[in-house]
Amino acid sequence: MNLVEAFRWIADPGNWGGTSGIAARIVEHLWVTFLSLLAAAAVALPVGVLIGHTGRGAGVIGAFTGAFRAIPTLGLLTLFGLLLGIGLAAPMLALVILAIPSLLAGAYSGIHSVDPTIAGAARAIGMSPAQVITRVELPLALPVLIGGIRAATLQIVATATLAAYTADYGLGRYLFAGLKTRDYPQMIGGAIIVIALALILELLLAAVQRTIDQRVTRPSTREKLGSRHG
Amino acid sequence: MNWLSQNWERLGELLLNHVALSIPAIVISVLVAVPIGRLAFRKPILGGPVLGAASLLYAVPALPLLVVIPALAGLSPRSPWVMVIALSLYGIALLVRTSADAFAAVDRTVREGALAVGHSPASVFWRVDLPLALPVLIPGIRVVTVSTISLVTIGALIGVSSLGSLLTDGFQRGIVASVITGVVATVALALAFDGLLLLAGRVLTPWRRWSHEPRGGIPVDR
Repeated sequence: MNLVEAFRWIADPGNWGGTSGIAARIVEHLWVTFLSLLAAAAVALPVGVLIGHTGRGAGVIGAFTGAFRAIPTLGLLTLFGLLLGIGLAAPMLALVILAIPSLLAGAYSGIHSVDPTIAGAARAIGMSPAQVITRVELPLALPVLIGGIRAATLQIVATATLAAYTADYGLGRYLFAGLKTRDYPQMIGGAIIVIALALILELLLAAVQRTIDQRVTRPSTREKLGSRHG
Repeated sequence: MNWLSQNWERLGELLLNHVALSIPAIVISVLVAVPIGRLAFRKPILGGPVLGAASLLYAVPALPLLVVIPALAGLSPRSPWVMVIALSLYGIALLVRTSADAFAAVDRTVREGALAVGHSPASVFWRVDLPLALPVLIPGIRVVTVSTISLVTIGALIGVSSLGSLLTDGFQRGIVASVITGVVATVALALAFDGLLLLAGRVLTPWRRWSHEPRGGIPVDR
């Protein structure tokens, strides 16, 4: 009956307040997720967009995203933890690196999926390369690009839980603390909160993606974009 | 290197554990996801909710799932089955959509032609649909295989022994060589399995020309 006790642990108002209360941990977790996403996006999105626009280096992205999947998340976290010490720097670095492939692939695939005749038409009416990217390709690429952001966000939220193994930060603390002291209600309660947080983010981002998709996709491009995420 | 030379035996043992956790999960994923994916393709009314559920399932973070499964299934928290169940769930979530896409990619006229020349529905599945779905299915299975092997390491956090144990032991005892060995061995294992599946794909689909990878974008995960 660990589950009942876990929900009782979550429902106990005494566990929510204070600097290591559930509310504070949720804020920490979301904050580190947001910062890591921002840093990863600053690196990955421009590179992905440029590669999608020029078509140069596309093979590198394929190899890069494929090889990255094989690297164990826990390996990066523990390695950086040993090299950089206990603190937020190590997990942050790991989170940023892990988020880059999804963002890169999303930006690249988004731009790549834009009908080349549309970009060609934009050039023909006198748009500069920068205008073609910002006014034509990016808006049309947005649904796929947001898909990359969605994947990256969920990956960071999940991995931020593991980050508590090397740093006293985020909701993962409940899992590791509970595991160590065999406080199963706390451990399972913490796990349920992380799962709920991830699912809420997933539903939210999926809704954003759908809205943007409906707005961007016009009849002429519907088939091309629609085929990528039915 | 000194550390490695003294820990060969342990490395081999952990590697075996790692493989023993990965293979059942990968096999279960394929066996469950392919029929569900085909059902989702053939009955779009069911397909929508099934694919939606799969993408939600994939959004569940791994470590919390490992903690919740024993409570739900009444298993011991350190049972290897917890790991196999969790990995299978992710594999299924990832592969259901690919399977639906794979069957959707089979030319309808080929399927109808097979029925017209007298194939039974079962025979259409085994001899027409499934082989023609392989070019999309196998890359999906490769993704599941690589991410499963990488994910097995997380089990070390709840005490399930695998190459991931090198990561947690190395971190706790401050041995960088142990962590690096764990990472390199996991990546090598994943790439070896990936290579095997790539070869299997070439053998099973001899009608395809493999000189070029299929053109187009790189699929975004999930």
